[in-house]
Amino acid sequence: MFKYFINLQWKSFFRSANLSKGLALKIVMIFFAIYMLVSFTFLGIGLFFMLEKFFPDADPMVILSQYLVYWIIIELLARYFMQKLPVMDVKPMLLLPVKKSTITHYILGKSGFSFFNLLSMVIFIPFGMVLIAHDYPVANVLIWLLSILGIVMSINYINFIINKSDKIFFGLLLTLLGIYGLEYFNIFSVTEYLGQMFYSLYANPVLTVVPIVLAVITYFLNYKFLRSRIFLDASLKKEVKTVEASDLSWTKRFGSIAPFLQLDLKLIWRNKRTKTQVFMSLAMIFYGLIFYKMDDFGPTSPMMVFVGIFITGIFLTNFGQFIPAWDSAYYSMMMSQNIPLKKYLESKSGLISVSVVVMFLLSVPYVYFGWQALAINFSCALYNLGVNVPLILFFGSFNKKRIDLDKSAFGNMQGAGAAQFLIMLPIIVLPLLLYVGFKYLVSFEVALMVIGGVGIITFAFRNMLLNYVTKAYRKKKYGMISGFKETNS
Amino acid sequence: MIVAKNLTKQYGGKQVLNIENLEIPKGQSFGLVGNNGAGKTTFFSLLLDLIEPSAGEIINNNVQVNTSEDWKPFTSSFIDETFLIGYLTPEEYFNFIGELRGQNKADVNALLSRFEDFFHGEILGQNKYLRDLSKGNQKKVGIVASFIGNPEVVILDEPFANLDPTTQIRLKGIIKDLANTQGVTVLVSSHDLIHVTEVCERIVVLNKGEIVRDIETSTETLQELESFFAG
Repeated sequence: MFKYFINLQWKSFFRSANLSKGLALKIVMIFFAIYMLVSFTFLGIGLFFMLEKFFPDADPMVILSQYLVYWIIIELLARYFMQKLPVMDVKPMLLLPVKKSTITHYILGKSGFSFFNLLSMVIFIPFGMVLIAHDYPVANVLIWLLSILGIVMSINYINFIINKSDKIFFGLLLTLLGIYGLEYFNIFSVTEYLGQMFYSLYANPVLTVVPIVLAVITYFLNYKFLRSRIFLDASLKKEVKTVEASDLSWTKRFGSIAPFLQLDLKLIWRNKRTKTQVFMSLAMIFYGLIFYKMDDFGPTSPMMVFVGIFITGIFLTNFGQFIPAWDSAYYSMMMSQNIPLKKYLESKSGLISVSVVVMFLLSVPYVYFGWQALAINFSCALYNLGVNVPLILFFGSFNKKRIDLDKSAFGNMQGAGAAQFLIMLPIIVLPLLLYVGFKYLVSFEVALMVIGGVGIITFAFRNMLLNYVTKAYRKKKYGMISGFKETNS
Repeated sequence: MIVAKNLTKQYGGKQVLNIENLEIPKGQSFGLVGNNGAGKTTFFSLLLDLIEPSAGEIINNNVQVNTSEDWKPFTSSFIDETFLIGYLTPEEYFNFIGELRGQNKADVNALLSRFEDFFHGEILGQNKYLRDLSKGNQKKVGIVASFIGNPEVVILDEPFANLDPTTQIRLKGIIKDLANTQGVTVLVSSHDLIHVTEVCERIVVLNKGEIVRDIETSTETLQELESFFAG
């Protein structure tokens, strides 16, 4: 049965319409994964010698045992952000003669082979090999590795039990800080006690039963939970939310694009992913604090232009790059309704332009770090308005991936393709090049005027540019419609 | 009103639609029947320029649909749930469509009041998003939305499927009324032969992408269709 499930997932991947585009991204991810694995392997090999060097008087094994508790907590925290809960499209299976327990075991079993588990093991296994090479008792080391595997699996399944609960996340964070604090102020050495505990896993091979039993228990807790969830009504029944209506009649003053603007505001406010995006964009305003405080750069460094484009254009890139995929669920309606494509794009560009202005206004207090900061942000905002708004809309015409709106934005790669990474280049690199060129050839002031000037000039030709973008959308229209219909990608 | 000439659609070399000549005059209620894969939805999608014709053209009121957008103001449609915006309430959705079609809130409300029994008290004033409505109710919203703004052409794909009997009967009355008294060209597709024969003045049967029957509805039509599909 598992064979069929694997086969199905394989097909859903390779038969997806955006395969070629998704593939490029996946290849990049695979290279990244290989890089991670290789560097972690080297870390595993080097770990023994590093410990030996930093703690010359102690047995590296003892030291490692003391730090294991940090590893466990940090791993849980990292997985909270990065590890996806196992999912499978269960609904079609429920009507077929497939045992629910089989489905559950498959989903849970698959997560056992998660990349994160592998990542931990490529540290510990080489470390174990080095131990053996240093005449540590072979049997103890091997059984210790088994305990580590048990711990890794427990972490894996505990993570699903935590199930993205914010409370537990902050609890873990506090525990981590607490342990570190106690240690730092020499109040109480948690690691020493826990270290002895973890060391006994190595010294006393019988104890290896403990982590393994723990892994099995967490597995079955997950099993019980999931198994009881695999019902048609559980997967079909959705939380019905009552409407949060708000008065948007003020948008009327924007004339013919008002209905779209209202729609976009509702889109943003009523869907989880877009809402997180807005909050993340707003939070990015503090990004400047990191850079402005660094004296190494100086107030006119190109880095500040990067910051300027980034801050004033954060919503532009975050939201803009997925236009028109935000509307993917009902794109065929938008294309057959009485909506001229250009109006549709105009309203999107209006929304993004407003965001640029808002982000600029929010960045005004940075004038505290010198008038240059304000001047840079102002010309960057102009550049964003003039060049980057049409540019990002144009890049949007390459979007073919559907976005399901009610999923959260954290670690959500849905809708992301290679194009989304490529667009960052012209958006940020182009103005940087302009700036660097003119700054070193002429002066800081001229360079800023050039950036701002380019923005103003292109803004004047905005209508023409939008016509061009509209043409691109019309050309790609059929591909978009069929791509957005695809749910399994 | 609508003319399709030498229209073909192919997917990977396989022909799914081939219509040499089809003319639908203004004010006709036009029914499209056929088995699965006959090309009904393909034809409607071509008519709405949602897919690209491999060859040929469709002209909607003197506008060629895949070269100009000018057919949009007088054409409205409901094909499937992807025509609905899940995060809007039904009222908001109706008003949005209304604004797209140059109707103010009062116009929209006047139209909606005519459909109160059609909605059966389950659509308006529920304070629910469209994504949380049942499939049948979603369909009702989509169908009624396609009547907003006095369109001259209304295209409905499988409008009777998923509806309860009461609503089906009401819908038949509405479609007849649109074509007969308001001069609207209504295009309907269906698997249900009884419904189409009751509603449509003219029925075209598609089979494997080609027109195999073109019937002006009479009392014998249902029998003729049944014998065609039986074998």
